[in-house]
Amino acid sequence: MTTLLEVKQLASQRAGRVLFSQLSFTLAAGEVLHVEGENGAGKSTLLRSLVGLVQLRSGTIQFFPDHNEHAEDWRQYTLFMGHKAAVKAELTALENVRLQAQLGGVNDVDAWQLLEHVGLLGLEDLPAGQLSAGQQRRIALTRLWYSKAPLWILDEPFTSLDTRGIQLLQQRFAEHTAAGGAIIMTSHQPLTWQSAQLQHLRIEGGEL
Amino acid sequence: MKPASNWQALRTVMQRDLMVVMRRRSDVLNPLLFVLMVVSLFPLAVGPGPDILGRMAAGVIWVAALLSALLGSERLFREDFLDGTLEQLTLQPQPLALLSFAKIMVHWLLSGLPLVILAPLCALLLKLPLEGWLALIATLAVGTPILSAVTAIGAALTVSLGRGGALLSLLLLPLFIPLLIFATGAVEAALVGTDAWPQVLLLAGLSLLTLLLAPFAVAASIRVSVH
Repeated sequence: MTTLLEVKQLASQRAGRVLFSQLSFTLAAGEVLHVEGENGAGKSTLLRSLVGLVQLRSGTIQFFPDHNEHAEDWRQYTLFMGHKAAVKAELTALENVRLQAQLGGVNDVDAWQLLEHVGLLGLEDLPAGQLSAGQQRRIALTRLWYSKAPLWILDEPFTSLDTRGIQLLQQRFAEHTAAGGAIIMTSHQPLTWQSAQLQHLRIEGGEL
Repeated sequence: MKPASNWQALRTVMQRDLMVVMRRRSDVLNPLLFVLMVVSLFPLAVGPGPDILGRMAAGVIWVAALLSALLGSERLFREDFLDGTLEQLTLQPQPLALLSFAKIMVHWLLSGLPLVILAPLCALLLKLPLEGWLALIATLAVGTPILSAVTAIGAALTVSLGRGGALLSLLLLPLFIPLLIFATGAVEAALVGTDAWPQVLLLAGLSLLTLLLAPFAVAASIRVSVH
């Protein structure tokens, strides 16, 4: 099975506190890694440090070790979504989806269909700033339906989504992993969908 | 799978920023109104004698342009930082310096270019003698990109600081002083009948150099800020 991510001896600290150290794991195609831990344990820091948004203290991160061309352009094959939705409040849902897709290099995206998919049809002409947090989240999440990146790194993807939204998202996760993708995610909600290859990683954090 | 080409990414970032700003027009209009207000109040305060006014005109217009650039600078990256757009930009496969260049260009299109267009009106209001008009417009045309580029560096550095406004002004103002000296010097030279082009060309060179190097500084600053 191809490995998509290999992490060795990762260590990070914030404000003098060691969040995690000697953290090693690998992620293969079709796997889901669920990072667990209390608030402030360092889950987000771990995910952000994977994509280089946080400086690491030590350790190595190797993207796509089996795939040399991918390894160099890992940004292109990795999709990261953080707490912030990166949705522009002044633009409408439709414009947000289109521009987001264009920036991702997908020009033939059917924005209407995507909006229908995430249940935003009828709201496409409103500035995103007037939508609820969950609806803005849905705009951002449309990326998951056209993205061709095999590796998804999702920080709290279920935040402010309703039960239907969470279900829809988990369905999408299942499709993605079935197609050979892999997901690293944090979530406080227990996953209702039981993936065959669900791994758990618990970060305790907090040691001084 | 192919990522967006550099050109397409540049265009998309510009398109998005232009669309956002067009929905928030006051952000663009405020600095321009500021310049127009300063320019229209000066004749009232100093008196309409063409001698004094005409000699001060270039200085007044340029000082107003500098201050108006500082006025809106804080907001250059603020929204993008808060809503997570900046974070996503750093994760784009395209060079961040290129996307920073797009942001600088949008800023110039909406703050520098209108000033160049308004320059004749300002010159008229301040009774700048006709000999100085061309020099004024030329210095604004080549000088305002420097304003946008340098402002972008400062804004990117201070975007994560919450209230970075005062710090930003302190940081940027000294960098604008050479610009001010050469720009007003050029107009002065034109007024006394000597050649204004050496100063204008110097500014143009400075402008090109800044536009070339500033995107890298902005990119580095953005990376520091999102960390």
